[in-house]
Amino acid sequence: MGGLNRGSAAIVGVAESDLGQVADGLSIIDLMAQGTKRALDDCGLSLKDVDALFSATAQSRLSVLALAEYLGINPAFLGSTIVGGSSFEYHVAHAMGAIALGLCNVAVIAYGSTQRSIGRKQASVREINPYETPFKPFMPTSAYALAASRHMHEFGTTREQLAAVAVAAREWALLNPAAWEKEPLTIEGVLSSRMVSHPLTVRDCCLVTDGGGAIVVTSAERARSLKKPPAYVLGFGQSVTHASISNMPDLTVTGALAAGEAAYKMAKLSPPDVDAVELYDAFTINTILFLEDLGFCKKGEGGAFVEGGRIGPSGRLAVNTNGGGLSYCHPGMYGLLLLIEAVRQLRGECGARQVKDCEVALAHGNGGVLSSQATIILGTEATL
Amino acid sequence: MPADIQSPLGVYLDHLERGELVYQFSPEAGRPVFFPRVLCPFTGGDRLEWRVSAGIGTVHATTVVHPAEGAPYNVALIDCDEGFRMMSRVEEVAPDKVRIGLRVRFRVHRPGGDEPPYPVFIPVEAV
Repeated sequence: MGGLNRGSAAIVGVAESDLGQVADGLSIIDLMAQGTKRALDDCGLSLKDVDALFSATAQSRLSVLALAEYLGINPAFLGSTIVGGSSFEYHVAHAMGAIALGLCNVAVIAYGSTQRSIGRKQASVREINPYETPFKPFMPTSAYALAASRHMHEFGTTREQLAAVAVAAREWALLNPAAWEKEPLTIEGVLSSRMVSHPLTVRDCCLVTDGGGAIVVTSAERARSLKKPPAYVLGFGQSVTHASISNMPDLTVTGALAAGEAAYKMAKLSPPDVDAVELYDAFTINTILFLEDLGFCKKGEGGAFVEGGRIGPSGRLAVNTNGGGLSYCHPGMYGLLLLIEAVRQLRGECGARQVKDCEVALAHGNGGVLSSQATIILGTEATL
Repeated sequence: MPADIQSPLGVYLDHLERGELVYQFSPEAGRPVFFPRVLCPFTGGDRLEWRVSAGIGTVHATTVVHPAEGAPYNVALIDCDEGFRMMSRVEEVAPDKVRIGLRVRFRVHRPGGDEPPYPVFIPVEAV
C-alpha cells in the first residue's frame, strides 16, 4: 500500500474570517468566502487557480455546494468529510492525496459558523440516542466530564490541574490581539466559576463564538513559487475509536495515541522535535489527554505536566499559542483554526506570542466526544 | 410490506416494559454487545443472542449536571457484571455522592407520557 508522501504538499495560505460575534445577518458561507479571499491573498493565488474545494460545518448539510455556487467555481475535486472539529485535518490529508494523484493542484479548505449569533440550539441539529438521551447528559460537556472523572480517579488528577490548562490558554490569549478573552484568569477564578458538568466549570469549557476561515493547500513544487514560506505537511495520522461516550474503549486513552504515532512515523519525527503544539482544547481535560497520548508526557502525568505555567507563554512547551478554544475562539469546529496558528508559528508571524525558532508545529484535531482524532505535523523548508 | 423483524431497540424496550434489562451476546466473539444492534462489532456477523442481565454493576465514571434551571442530577457510566457498559443515572443518593466503584442495582424508571421506560440504578447497599 502506498500512502501520503512526507512533504509532498504544503499549506501556503491561511486566514481567519471575522471572529467572535460577527455582523448581524452574515451567513456561514459569507464567512467561508471571507476566509477564502483572505487565504488566497495571503499566498498570492486567486479563485481561478482553485480546482479543489473542501468544507465542513454543523450548520449546513451541503455546504461545499453552497460555497462553490457562492464563489462561482466548478472545482475538479470536492470534499466534505465531516467528523466534527477534526474534519479539517482530514481535509488536508485528502487534499494532499488528491494532489499526489493529479486530481487537483490548489485546494481551498473552508469553515464558517455563526453559533454565537444564532444560538447553539439553532446551530447544531439535536440528535437523539435512545441509550443516552433519556439521562439528559449536557452534551458534549458531560461526555468530557465523564472522561475527566475517570482520569482523576485513576491518576489523581485534580481540578486545580484542569484549571491550570485554562489559565495557560488565557495567558497566551492575552498575547493574541484576535483573541475573544481580554482579561487575566486565575486558578481560583476557574474553580469558582459556574459548574456545568462536574468537574468542569464554564471556564473549563471552550468559548461559544462565531468564526471561520480558510487555508490553501498545494503541491510542494507549486508552493515554492508563492508569496510566503510554505508549511510542508510532514505527517498525518487519524483514529476513530467510538461515536458516543458510552462506547469509548478507555476513557483515559484517546485515539490521539494512534493518530500521533502514525503522524510521527510519516514525519520521521518524535515529540521532542515539535516546537509548537496546537491541541483541540474543547475542554481542559482534552489538553491533558492529548499531551499524554501524543507523547509529550507519560500517561497519567498530564495533570502534573501542566502545573506551574509549564504550557504557558513562559513555560517549557508552547501549547495552544493562540489562546485555544478556551480563550481565543471556538466556533464549534475549531480544527481549522489550529492549522492556521500552526502555519503562522512556522512563518514567524505571531508577534508577542511567537515561539522562538519554530521549525516544526503539530496541530491535533478532535471531533465528537473524543471520538475522532487527527494529527497533522507541519514543518519549514529546513525540515524537509 | 410489514417488517418481519423487530428492531433491536424494540426488543430492548419490550424487555424494559417487563422490568428486565437485556443485552446481546455474540457467541462467535464470546463477548457481550451493548448497545443492541443487528451486527456484532467484533466479528461482523449477525448472530447475536439476547440475554437478561442480573442488573448488578459498578459505577465506572460519573458527573453531576448543573442545569440552568432545576436541581443538579447524576449521569454515570455503569459497568454491568456481565461485561457491558451503559450510560445511566444513580438514584437514591445525592448526585455528588455517587463515587466511581460504587456497586449498583438496576431498576426500571417509567417517565410516563409518550416516553419509553429506561434503566436507572440505585446503590446495592445504603450509602
